[in-house]
Amino acid sequence: MGFFHRHRGLTPYLLLAPGLLWLAVFFLVPLGFLAYQSLQSGSIDFGYAFTWAWSNYGDAIRHYSGHFERSFEYAGIATAIALVVSYPVAYWIAFRGGRWKNLLLLFIVAPFFVTYLIRTLAWETILADNGFIVRTLQHLHVVSPGGRLLATGVAVVAGITYNFLPFMALPLYVSLEQIDQSLIEAAQDLYASKWKAFLRVTLPLSLPGVVAGTLLTFIPAAGDFINAQLLGSPKNHMIGNVIDSKFKELLDYPAAASMSFVLMAAILVAVLAYARAVGTEKLTG
Amino acid sequence: MTDQLTRRELLQRAAAGGAVLTVPGLLAACGGAAKSKAGASSSHKLAKTLHFSNWTLYIDNKPGGRHPSLDQFQKKYGVKVAYTEDINDNASFFSKIQPALSSGQSTGRDLIVMTDNSRYPSLLIKKGWVEKLDKSAIPNIKNLIPQQRHPNWDPDRDYSLPWQSGMTGIGWNSKLTDPVLSMDDLLGNPKLHGKVGLLSEFADTLALVMAANGDDPSKVTDKTFNRAIATIKKAVNSGQVRQFYGNDYSGALAKGDLAATMAWSGDIVQLQADNKHLKWNLPDTGGDIWTDNMLIPKGGNVYTACVYMNFVYGPKIAAEIEDYVNYICPVQGAKQALEKIDPSVANNTLIFPTKKMLDNVHIIDATALNNQKYQTTWQNLISA
Repeated sequence: MGFFHRHRGLTPYLLLAPGLLWLAVFFLVPLGFLAYQSLQSGSIDFGYAFTWAWSNYGDAIRHYSGHFERSFEYAGIATAIALVVSYPVAYWIAFRGGRWKNLLLLFIVAPFFVTYLIRTLAWETILADNGFIVRTLQHLHVVSPGGRLLATGVAVVAGITYNFLPFMALPLYVSLEQIDQSLIEAAQDLYASKWKAFLRVTLPLSLPGVVAGTLLTFIPAAGDFINAQLLGSPKNHMIGNVIDSKFKELLDYPAAASMSFVLMAAILVAVLAYARAVGTEKLTG
Repeated sequence: MTDQLTRRELLQRAAAGGAVLTVPGLLAACGGAAKSKAGASSSHKLAKTLHFSNWTLYIDNKPGGRHPSLDQFQKKYGVKVAYTEDINDNASFFSKIQPALSSGQSTGRDLIVMTDNSRYPSLLIKKGWVEKLDKSAIPNIKNLIPQQRHPNWDPDRDYSLPWQSGMTGIGWNSKLTDPVLSMDDLLGNPKLHGKVGLLSEFADTLALVMAANGDDPSKVTDKTFNRAIATIKKAVNSGQVRQFYGNDYSGALAKGDLAATMAWSGDIVQLQADNKHLKWNLPDTGGDIWTDNMLIPKGGNVYTACVYMNFVYGPKIAAEIEDYVNYICPVQGAKQALEKIDPSVANNTLIFPTKKMLDNVHIIDATALNNQKYQTTWQNLISA
């Protein structure tokens, strides 16, 4: 008691310390190591040495630009689908959920009780060539006879969308739930149609949720490799797969590190451009 | 500069590590160093516990998670075996133990099992990251089958002993296709389009394709390597090949997503129990054979690990393990011992292959496995 009383000014710092320490030890220090490693050259047989090997970055971009583009394409499409799917669901739970709200939210989070890998493996079964979905789609002539979903880009995007959907739905729900109903009523009192009230009041007020949801979905999706590995074919591999193989199979740690940095930088640029486009104040609400 | 780590250097690094690294680092390093007595100076005192890391489903098993052969070992020697099935593929496991080994610390394991058609066993030896065997503790080494005594990456078995071997061939689902008996058929038959799997393990796929091209997989040259890559690339680009698989091809084959795939012999034996439509054969131009090897990572207890190796090289214990594992046993006399307890296994040619089969399998050139240029080309191909 006495200590905290005398050093009242210290309290915020003491409360911040565990979080900052965590970030420093488990994020900043490894990031520093990663940067150091990304500028090394050599081989696993003779060891790697730090040589300011900026060429690692050039090689990463030159040889794997296709993988970077594919990662952003898949992540972008998956994020857009997740938004379109989640918004009505989140809207409905927030405004019509009533006393079932918590149960309905639980349904959205329920898949997270199963590990990521198992969830993705389940999609292997769902989209199997002899499975119900493929046969139905073949029957409806959406998929050609003898065609398939598994081991295509469609399956990869579907897997990513599913796996990251809660990251989209939950922030959307939170921002929709906070909207003051009387504002919407006021819009309607002022002769706005339901649709117009949605466009002019509800949607703008839910934008912080949209921004948070898209970022939380897009960022991990762009670096994902499990979905492409399990649901795709070699032609659908993303940059995460290349980093994985550089690190684990080729033991080329500098290449893996520099590619990770390029990925981080590319995501950062994309996020900044996005934040600029929607206005930074939307990020914080 | 070679990165060969001598025992003296290990101790020096462990000591230095304490000064500049972390306290846990020092403890781990000292723990490992105190435990290990390398090579000839090996102390003949058994440790209380043997830490053994192996692949999943690779030892005899009883309900309740018991492993009878390990229980017998404990009863006979008073050493408890901490048995962990934490090896899923060579690359991931190597990346798990590499940080400890490269900083001169113990991995906390006394015995590990890695495959000789991956680059890692020879890399571990080259880097000095494995202990030399104490052969005085392994008189049963005389039971090692002659074909396995002099692999080119460890010519006198100074560091390694085989755990099990397996053959790589072609597996197919007889409900979906006629027998697939050649690589040309697998990679070219239009009826199999999009329903063909290849193995992501560089050595397996390369060996079978090279043999089909009429080249010698045990002596890889730039020319034969490039020819094999061109063959595979053609099949990938045409869409004939669906995906490159690790252990996971088995599910795709059983479900019917794959009609035919490169496959490991022992897997098919185990899968056939549930699905009689699954078949396996060596391609007409030959398959390949690989061996999982027991190795003692630096800092492991050499004497205790060697006593265990000696134990499993007794034909009776080897037969008991074989009866469950269904891969190829490297121990002479195990077949005879098994004929008494389970003749159906003893007479299965996927487990005890005939001489004709063994004449039709290749061993991949170990130097090619550590050729970074080849490896990079391969990884770029399977992750296009």
